[in-house]
Amino acid sequence: MKSFIAAADDELTIFERSKPGRRAFVAPALDVPERPLDELLAPALRRSAPPALPEVSEPEIVRHFNRLSKRNFDLDTGFYPLGSCTMKHNPKLHERLAALPGHARLHPLQDPAMAQGALELMWRLQQALAEIAGLPHVSLQPSAGSHGELAGVLLTRAFHEDHGERRTKVLTPDTAHGTNPATVTMAGYEVVKLGTDEAGNVDLDDLRANADEQVACLMLTNPSTLGLFETGIEQIAEIVHGVGATLYYDGANLNAIMGVCRPGDMGFDIVHFNLHKSFTQPHGGGGPGAGPIAVSDRIEPFLPRPQVVRRETAPGNGRQGPYYDLDYDRPKSIGRLRGFQGNYGVFVRSYAYIRSLGAGGLREASEVAVLNANYLLARLRREGVAEYLPAAYERLCMHEFVLSGTPMKRALEIKTLDLAKRLLDHGVHPPTVYFPLIVDEALLLEPTETETKETLDRFAEVVAEILREAREDPEIARAAPYTTPVRRLDEASAARHPVIRQPPRQD
Amino acid sequence: MTRYTSVTDDDLREMLAEIGVGSVEELFSDIPASVRLDRPLALDEGLSEQEVFEELRALAARNVSVEDELTFVGAGMYDHYVPALVDSIIMRSEFLTPYTPYQPEVSQGTLQAMFEYQTAICELTGLPVSNASVYEGPSAVGAAGYVAKLENGRRRFVVSRGVHPHSREVLATLAHGWGMELDEAPLVDGVTRLPALDADVSAVVVQQPNFFGVVEDLAPLADAAHQAGALLICACDPLALAILRTPGECGADIAVGEGQPLGNRLDFGGPSFGFFASTEALMRRVPGRIAGETRDLDGRRGFVLTLQTREQHIRRERATSNICTSQALNALAGVIYLSWLGRRGIVELAELMIQRTAYARERLGSVEGVTLVHSRPVVREFAVRLDAPLEQVIARCRQQGINPGYPLGRDYPEHAGCLLVAITERRTRADIDRLAETLGTAVAAERREVAGAKA
Amino acid sequence: MAEASYPDDVLYHEEHDWARVDGELATFGITWYAQDALGEVVFFDAPDVGTTVTKGQPYAEIESVKAVSDVVAPLSGEIVEVNEALASSPETVNDDPYGEGWLVKVRLSDPAEAESLMSAADYQATLQ
Repeated sequence: MKSFIAAADDELTIFERSKPGRRAFVAPALDVPERPLDELLAPALRRSAPPALPEVSEPEIVRHFNRLSKRNFDLDTGFYPLGSCTMKHNPKLHERLAALPGHARLHPLQDPAMAQGALELMWRLQQALAEIAGLPHVSLQPSAGSHGELAGVLLTRAFHEDHGERRTKVLTPDTAHGTNPATVTMAGYEVVKLGTDEAGNVDLDDLRANADEQVACLMLTNPSTLGLFETGIEQIAEIVHGVGATLYYDGANLNAIMGVCRPGDMGFDIVHFNLHKSFTQPHGGGGPGAGPIAVSDRIEPFLPRPQVVRRETAPGNGRQGPYYDLDYDRPKSIGRLRGFQGNYGVFVRSYAYIRSLGAGGLREASEVAVLNANYLLARLRREGVAEYLPAAYERLCMHEFVLSGTPMKRALEIKTLDLAKRLLDHGVHPPTVYFPLIVDEALLLEPTETETKETLDRFAEVVAEILREAREDPEIARAAPYTTPVRRLDEASAARHPVIRQPPRQD
Repeated sequence: MTRYTSVTDDDLREMLAEIGVGSVEELFSDIPASVRLDRPLALDEGLSEQEVFEELRALAARNVSVEDELTFVGAGMYDHYVPALVDSIIMRSEFLTPYTPYQPEVSQGTLQAMFEYQTAICELTGLPVSNASVYEGPSAVGAAGYVAKLENGRRRFVVSRGVHPHSREVLATLAHGWGMELDEAPLVDGVTRLPALDADVSAVVVQQPNFFGVVEDLAPLADAAHQAGALLICACDPLALAILRTPGECGADIAVGEGQPLGNRLDFGGPSFGFFASTEALMRRVPGRIAGETRDLDGRRGFVLTLQTREQHIRRERATSNICTSQALNALAGVIYLSWLGRRGIVELAELMIQRTAYARERLGSVEGVTLVHSRPVVREFAVRLDAPLEQVIARCRQQGINPGYPLGRDYPEHAGCLLVAITERRTRADIDRLAETLGTAVAAERREVAGAKA
Repeated sequence: MAEASYPDDVLYHEEHDWARVDGELATFGITWYAQDALGEVVFFDAPDVGTTVTKGQPYAEIESVKAVSDVVAPLSGEIVEVNEALASSPETVNDDPYGEGWLVKVRLSDPAEAESLMSAADYQATLQ
């Protein structure tokens, strides 16, 4: 049985720094008559001992978390080409805006008449997202991409039930992000996987064979997680709609097509956006994000409750509008997916981004995202990287591309994982590894549009250098990294005997 | 070029040459012409940073925030004081801008902070297992329901009417997809009265304190659930847990809740975080990210994402949930805040709220035309009934710069004409006295109106 | 276990599971190929004693850090014993997949089913 490990003094947890009697917070003096606590709350209702939270002063807290922060690599510091994540620059203006008290200190249950700025912002964001998606009706409620996916599948169910049907299956390609099948099961459907053809597109024969009236929906990412545009998208839409199923768009790769083409125009019924991807919400080490959805007319009645709407007059006083409101009167709604009305702080930032870029800027963002990805791919080829890390598909890519490390593994005896770890020693974050699952030893790279040509050049050179080094001595990459705050960690042990909290002190 | 891209004409020329195409347009040749957008997006052109600032500032100015009025509205999110050090830490680039810690060697800051957060949540809830956060409170209740369903495969939930209306709605929305049903347990004298439970019940869901601020007696509810072979899921207020007997001590299987009161802004409802804690037995079913302790090659202590086989990126359709994004930054604010409060501070804060709430209850209860709805113990929130038209009373209070509380009638028709009043450490005795006076005056004025109209 | 190993004293199922038959009882486990593909095993989700298993159907899950795999029953019967030692040392499945790394012991319902299993040589042939 595994026991807790004590750390070197440089890396103590806040609990290990704790010393009885220290404090940062002092409660304001009691200004009301004090009543005996036992009278207000019987002892039987009270906990037997206080929570063993740390006892530390303010300088200790500040120093502790500052030191911790320096053990992180971050986007403001370096290149972060994580495929499927769209690690583009987080504009600093957005933090200033989100912190304005009128936005940050607004209670969610404030009377709509006194939250008109917030509701108007949400409504305008909805309008903008609808235009980008090419679908007219938007809900901002879902809290993340996977939450938006769940909304989409539940909307699909509601749509079919409204037509008196109970379908049982949802189709996803084998290249799908793991959230897709997980969402399908959570929503109570069976997952059916579709194959990918040699060109990297959904296998249309496989789709035709599986598309029947038990299928509720096809979930698709376009461009796919391989970074390739589904050239057969119109046929796909025809097949899916032909059996009465809905077509769902996973917006994780929207960064490739803003202003160039729109999911609604391709035939999708439901689209989700990842505001923490294309719309610059900072990733925060894993969240928060937001996953709004846009839907077609026939799906609109089922949208979550409440919806942000614009009325021509304010209820109750007849004053001429426009008046922005929360509409709860939605008899066919699927209901709620979360409390209140969504991650408003994220909406402030995303709305500011859309206003900053405008029509031309959004299109330019996608164009440069695609340009940068193709340039990086070409630049890697020029460095001779393709011999060991060939592109999985010999096509123009969109905003990201997949390489396979299989030749590298055979010829140099280092795996994609080893390359990734050695990249850390060069001060860059590795690309996404081992995804999508259909490419062996996959490496998925997405530079985004906010990187300079020089950064891309340097990255290509670094990859070439690592490969050269591996030809001399593969062991170096296999035991990398060397210069990071910790080296490779024993994940097996952490999974076998999980230690997921600091053990309580024994005093 | 916008201010966020950098491709000069020279860059473009070189890049196109390297790729081997003549124009950027050629890079989009895979997209069929029939789906191409043949016009610009129908959006305004981009604005300068200054113009964007002015627009968003003007929108902010049309919102009445807790800075602009004296508010007693709670009902799930609360106006607490967040110390300056929280922002100064979470605004650091190293915490704000990285991704999920998939490369642990360069993510020890995030991973260790997650581990510390998990520890703090275990201490608050009295349960041994915590994840690194979920989106927020109500969806955490939904996620807990999913765990119960996976655990015992039964077909019904029994949900207390005292659980937050949003949480009940989320569970109902999700349960529909699972083919499960919700039965409601009523409140009697302000606390949950469980019906007889049969072998069809997957979980009993309660809230502590409940939506009306009343403290529930959790242990008998846990016993009843367990005797029927069901789980007990408890949604709780994290600050109240400084004082109240923990869900763990009472026998709950899962404790979840809204984390906003812990160092997070109101932000018109989000982003915040939800916490999720469970017994040891449910550890491998818990959704979301979990950080675990381990060693590196050189024997140094470090942290990694662990138990990843629960999650969507590995288990896919058999995952314990579909969660990918957690609420890492908000949970970080939470653990910083809990460290700032500390072991003694959190108890002092909770006791301060209890005393002031008791005072507020007494003052309001003695106002003419105002009666307390419940007499049982509360921590930081309570309901009052007004013997006067509620909307008009509220309007009068607002003219005096006071938002007296949350109207209960829309969610609870049986409590039409009632307000839910929340007291935080920001509400002083003077504030409470002002509320009592203003409410008293408003109620009296409206009662006169009603009497006058009748005459 | 570093080198591939396919002993002759067990029979093999194409889903990478083995059975060692001893009259009415049999011991099941996963082959060297399976543990190698999985990587370091971290958890064996053991079924309860008394559970019925059916030839060709999954009866449990086995997890490594980065993967989950169904464990398929090579023969049908009722579980009479589960390898409790794996709870504290799941890595035994990697170190000794045919010995200490056994998963369950089963009372066979139809011992004749063993005739459809493969020999070590035939199983290895399927791995090419």
